[in-house]
Amino acid sequence: MWRGPRRSTSAAFPVVNSNLCMKQTANWALNVATIRGASYADARIVSQRSRALTTKNGKVGSASDAESAGMSVRVLADGVWGFAASEDLTRSGVEATAARAVEIARASAQVKQQDVRLAPEKPVTAEWTTPHVIDPFSISVEQDIALLLNVDSELRAVAGVTLAESNLNFNREEQWFVSSEGTDIHQTKYSAGAGYAAYAFADNEIQKRSYPNSYGGQWQNKGHELIEELKLVENARRIAEEAVALHHAEQCPEGTFDVILDSSQLGLQIHESIGHPIELDRVLGMEANFAGTSFLTIDKLRTLRYGSEMVNVVADARQEHGPGLGTFGFDDEGVPAQCTPIITNGLFTGYLSSRETAHTIGENRSGGTLRAEGWNRLPMIRMTNISLLPGEKPLTLDQLIAATDHGILMQTNRSWSIDDRRYNFQFGCEIGWEIKHGKRARMVKNPSYSGITTEFWNSLDAICSRDEWTLWGTPNCGKGQPQQVMGTGHGAAPSRFRGIKVGSAYKGS
Amino acid sequence: MLTREQAGDIFDRIRKLSTADEVEALFSGGCFALTRFANNTIHQNVADENHTVSVRTVFGGRTARSSTNKFDGDSLRRVVASSEALAKVQHPDSDLLPMPDSREAAGSADDGVYSTRVPPRHFAQTAAITPQLRAAGVKKIVEVAQKHKLATAGIVSSSESVEGIFNSRGLSDWHTQTLAEVSITMLGDDSSGWQKANSPDVTNLDPLNLAEIAAKKALDSAHPAEIPAGKYTVILEPAAVLDIVGFMFWDYSGTAILDERSFLSGRIGIQLFGENITIWDDVTHPLQTGSPFDGEGMRRLRVPLVENGVVKRVVYARGTAVCMKNSEYKDKVGPVEPTGHGFALPNEVGEMPLNIVFAAPQNPQTLAEMIASTERGILVTRLWYIREVDPYEKIVTGMTRDGTFLVENGKVQRGLRNFRFNQSLIHLLAGVEAMSVPVRSCGEESFDMVVPAMKVRDFNFTEVTKF
Repeated sequence: MWRGPRRSTSAAFPVVNSNLCMKQTANWALNVATIRGASYADARIVSQRSRALTTKNGKVGSASDAESAGMSVRVLADGVWGFAASEDLTRSGVEATAARAVEIARASAQVKQQDVRLAPEKPVTAEWTTPHVIDPFSISVEQDIALLLNVDSELRAVAGVTLAESNLNFNREEQWFVSSEGTDIHQTKYSAGAGYAAYAFADNEIQKRSYPNSYGGQWQNKGHELIEELKLVENARRIAEEAVALHHAEQCPEGTFDVILDSSQLGLQIHESIGHPIELDRVLGMEANFAGTSFLTIDKLRTLRYGSEMVNVVADARQEHGPGLGTFGFDDEGVPAQCTPIITNGLFTGYLSSRETAHTIGENRSGGTLRAEGWNRLPMIRMTNISLLPGEKPLTLDQLIAATDHGILMQTNRSWSIDDRRYNFQFGCEIGWEIKHGKRARMVKNPSYSGITTEFWNSLDAICSRDEWTLWGTPNCGKGQPQQVMGTGHGAAPSRFRGIKVGSAYKGS
Repeated sequence: MLTREQAGDIFDRIRKLSTADEVEALFSGGCFALTRFANNTIHQNVADENHTVSVRTVFGGRTARSSTNKFDGDSLRRVVASSEALAKVQHPDSDLLPMPDSREAAGSADDGVYSTRVPPRHFAQTAAITPQLRAAGVKKIVEVAQKHKLATAGIVSSSESVEGIFNSRGLSDWHTQTLAEVSITMLGDDSSGWQKANSPDVTNLDPLNLAEIAAKKALDSAHPAEIPAGKYTVILEPAAVLDIVGFMFWDYSGTAILDERSFLSGRIGIQLFGENITIWDDVTHPLQTGSPFDGEGMRRLRVPLVENGVVKRVVYARGTAVCMKNSEYKDKVGPVEPTGHGFALPNEVGEMPLNIVFAAPQNPQTLAEMIASTERGILVTRLWYIREVDPYEKIVTGMTRDGTFLVENGKVQRGLRNFRFNQSLIHLLAGVEAMSVPVRSCGEESFDMVVPAMKVRDFNFTEVTKF
């Protein structure tokens, strides 16, 4: 319940840097939930801070800071879930939220088939923080804006660029998680993102090039140091020139071709055609009304040849995998980060699971993938870092092109779509290059390709090696009702796929 | 729920804390609850309450925004300081206008008289929905599924929300709204059916009827056949129309024209669509929802976007209208005036129409009449994962989902495997052969609209999927 402005809440909502206060506040919720009959309860207090800076055509487009804090309580009562969340962190507010969660669970019990079974998890007390060098909020806004305006200036220095946009984004999320089983975790995550795009409108056609990736650029769980690593200014002129040059390029041919995907496009391909279908809640029908189900029914585990022998994919949330948007210490039900083999030498070997769903695939422990968008959302199975491991033999992109007789190299995603069971997909890219006799013969515009998931992954015959491998961030993955947006990580190196359908996006439309 | 009086009190405190030339506060939030079911059981059941104040400050043409969901003294001091610190380091923007006063925002010279008024959108019966009532509704939906030997998944949700704006030039406006929503998927062994509806007034919803329709679609589409991709006459139910046409409305924006990223660049005033297409943006329409004011507090005007297939005009935030009047496009884009469609400042997108209403056709047909007049075509319940392929030809791709049927000799014959389409929206709206009476519709790919079902010739399916 909202509390009126005349009532001081500052004493009841201490500055969120006191572990003791936060733990005490969370325990108020656990106590009430237990007294009211919950057989299990957990509470998350989350304090979020974000900054978003954008420029457009030489001006600051938007500049905003946001902070939000609150608490959620998740309970099992009468064998089913209830969840309630509130901004109100006064004792009465917290206790009311916990009581509401139990009331909601009891209502859920009116329509249940069976009791929820939680896989056991050993209680832990832990602290974890995203490794970072520079706290992004310690850098002056002037410095960040100057960088973006410098990029903008480089982009618009190229004749023919009609629109230049750039962005910087920083997030910090501090969370206290406690459960009735005794788990007590304090975790702080940082993420950063940056990118830009040059548009060229001419002759009734809009072309666009983005860097380092489209739709917001590259995102990782890092501090401000990511921004310098991306070499934004250094690449701006080339990107702008490519946007303009696309107007003079020929349409990408239609037909069946060998296709080489750059690592950012392959990252999204992994996201859509591996990451989502392995979500066990989708497989079990829990997303049937919105995000959809999955072709990966449980009978396919360890029997389906998902891809060629070269395909090795992991779901790895551990710090050692890299600073992906799916890297953390613990998931949002207190399970430590893990690495799960998803595809092993082409064989389908694992799902993304939670404490509630692990038993359905014969596992006695959660894979640790439950995450929530913020303090007021229910944690659900989300991709961690779903990565295609690099080829073991040294292979650069240039060497892969040299080894390709005739094909299309496609770079940077422009459109993406896949059916609700994750079979049929179609992707468009910003720029393509026709390869002939091992060389880039010409630039082509509007490249697109389509296929069926398993046929596509079985056509993979070359993956570049570690030097070409990048852990990309997808900051905008939507799932759930109410919809939650989550960041996921996808490591990939440029790869080649044989006999792919190219160009149907423009066929007859 | 936060009240207008409480918000006004908070704004007074914000004003006192600020040293800026101008200050604006946007309030939003409320209570939201959703009961989610799948496999004939409730598996998620949530409720939350949250309110946010977003403070914009201005210093000599420099502006920025900061927000918080805490209204105690320390938090308000912090949010004002943060907004001011961000604003002070901006470069002055010569296009930034002074904040509107209450008369300018109201579109009227008389105090308290608004150019735009919306019907009541807050209903006590919707606000009073409890977890027990939502669960009881789910139970009835599950009983329909069990009667037909199907599994069901979906949601029943309810919310009560507020939006408000105050600024230092005396403007204040406030909107309260409720919304109840039901979405139902029925699943058979190899088929599915879907229905969704929402309304501020829960008594307008009929979950049992929706459940029965979704169940019939699942049953009728069992054992789907595969037919080749190609160009077909399609009958798009309103939810399918809503989701596909929604992808063009970002372009009905003065900023999009100025940025040369709109498919309407060079196309305003020409016959772009069929003569049977007329589209309004109309927040006052009785089937519409939303607040009557925009991100600066300007009242939303009723705007004719398309008349008889000709795009007549686009919408404008205040600042965009000034920029357009000073641009090379000023004589090529129809009437240029602030229409009350701006997003909260500062932003790079400008504005867009959010209350789309398709005009009723002269000779509306029911869905059954459209089917009866079709020799061979495809009936589409719903479209999914729609994305833009080409921004100027407005080609979008996506899939059919949850009930795709072959129509032959005026009758629905059987279910079909789902298709991928790549379809120009310009061609689509130029090829509409028949329309129903527009209804309020909601989907998952676009915002809610008042749209008809449409019968469209030469819809471009390019591939078939495996189910």
